[in-house]
Amino acid sequence: MQTRRQALKKSAVVAGLMASTGLFPQFAFAAYNTTAFEAKNIQDALKALGAGAPAESKDITITGPDIAENGAVVPLGVSTTLAGVKSMLVMVEKNPASLTAMFHMTDSVDPAFSTRAKMGQSSDVYAVAVMGDGKVLFAKKEVKVTLGGCGG
Amino acid sequence: MADPMRIRAQAAGDKTTVRVLMAHEMEGGQRKDAAGKIVPAWYIQEVTATHNGKTVLTAEWGPAVSKNPFLQFVVKGAKAADKIAVNWKDNKGDTRSDEATVS
Amino acid sequence: MRITRTLSLIAVIGLTSIAVWAQKSAVQSIEEYRLMLQDGNPADLFEAKGEGLWKQKRGPKNASLEQCDLGKGPGVFKGAFVELPRFFADTNRVQDLESRLLTCMETIQGLNAADIAKTPFGKGEQNNMTALATWIAAESKDRKFNLSQSHPQEKVFYEVGKRLFFQRGGPHDFSCASCHGQDSTRIRLQDLPNLTKNPGDGVGFAAWPAYRVSNGQMWGMQQRLNDCYRQQRFPYPGFGSDATIALGVYLGVNSKGSASIAPAIKR
Repeated sequence: MQTRRQALKKSAVVAGLMASTGLFPQFAFAAYNTTAFEAKNIQDALKALGAGAPAESKDITITGPDIAENGAVVPLGVSTTLAGVKSMLVMVEKNPASLTAMFHMTDSVDPAFSTRAKMGQSSDVYAVAVMGDGKVLFAKKEVKVTLGGCGG
Repeated sequence: MADPMRIRAQAAGDKTTVRVLMAHEMEGGQRKDAAGKIVPAWYIQEVTATHNGKTVLTAEWGPAVSKNPFLQFVVKGAKAADKIAVNWKDNKGDTRSDEATVS
Repeated sequence: MRITRTLSLIAVIGLTSIAVWAQKSAVQSIEEYRLMLQDGNPADLFEAKGEGLWKQKRGPKNASLEQCDLGKGPGVFKGAFVELPRFFADTNRVQDLESRLLTCMETIQGLNAADIAKTPFGKGEQNNMTALATWIAAESKDRKFNLSQSHPQEKVFYEVGKRLFFQRGGPHDFSCASCHGQDSTRIRLQDLPNLTKNPGDGVGFAAWPAYRVSNGQMWGMQQRLNDCYRQQRFPYPGFGSDATIALGVYLGVNSKGSASIAPAIKR
């Protein structure tokens, strides 16, 4: 059980990390976040973004096919009905680098994005919403791939 | 300069669905060529979209986005004849910018 | 005793059919995947390029292709795709879309047809050819195939195409019919249409040119047919060859009445 002091210290560290990533608009759209895009798994990618521990949420939606005939092109959609989203992320757990795309919100767009990703093998795919209050929420689904999409 | 994008922006009430197709290799940096050498990564890293000149979306992409990328997003408060512009920048510094009118 | 046995049988049958009904088949999932890809076909990018090339002044004669006759009169591109291949009096031969575009590129623009025909797919002028074919096909989207068989040469080419379709050879003794000569055939999860008859709207001949997501390439019918030969371990018949045109006549006439969905998106 954390003391209030410990909790404050932790959030200060997280805030510091978030500031350094340039992820959030109030810190200006800074340089491309290479570290996050090279991270080899979901946890490391989120850590590189200064995002806290993610919690599964029914308010986040990940859409995609159950089976992708070709891993080179897998249509994926990430969306949420929640307000106060800062960024929406598309992640493919078993890809060489888990973070595929990041969409930074403004008040003029819906938190709903669709794109197509390469998948190297069957894997869970994640829709992650980083909220303005620092919460990190996700939904996931399994996408089976019949042909690897990374060049193999 | 890179080939043009195809942008379609359709308004339905307050929401305008924007669909974009970008012409880009999106080389992931995992493939080997016939000689066995890795084909260097070449991919779009930054995407921005504006509505009548005002930035409405910024995005960062990794090499795992598919070749000839497709992107769909929804802009609030746009109406017919408004301008939606999309521009991208890749890891080699190449850029491309295209515009469409909301129908 | 008898009653319980009957009841348990009914229960088993009921449970099994529910289980079968509730399970989505792999084929169904693949169909859903294909549907998801329909919106936002990268073929659009090639269409745009093709339209530009049709209107652009190019070649030693610095002319556009806007007077090219694709069978419905000079410059008429709407509806031309679904009537090809057909006989052309000015060249005195049956031609498909791509060989006819080649004729126009040579006679109107002064480009070298032989060089273009020798250029590998995906390189140089072949990319322009593919873009043009993609746009011309798009201008006939959803129209029904209606190839002419009124000219004697068109009838001959149909018969030649049919013979070629069933002709076995090469190290595996394959013919087109090995894969496409019967119903209910597939390779892994890919259904293979029966091309000896009308396979239906948007299938087979009606689905090319197409964007192939597996390699991110736009393929015209010429590349598709030549590559089929490669898959049978035959040498390429060659771009715009009589063999490929004859096959196009056979497939196109068989598809009469079916709707074209070209340019399509495929695995």
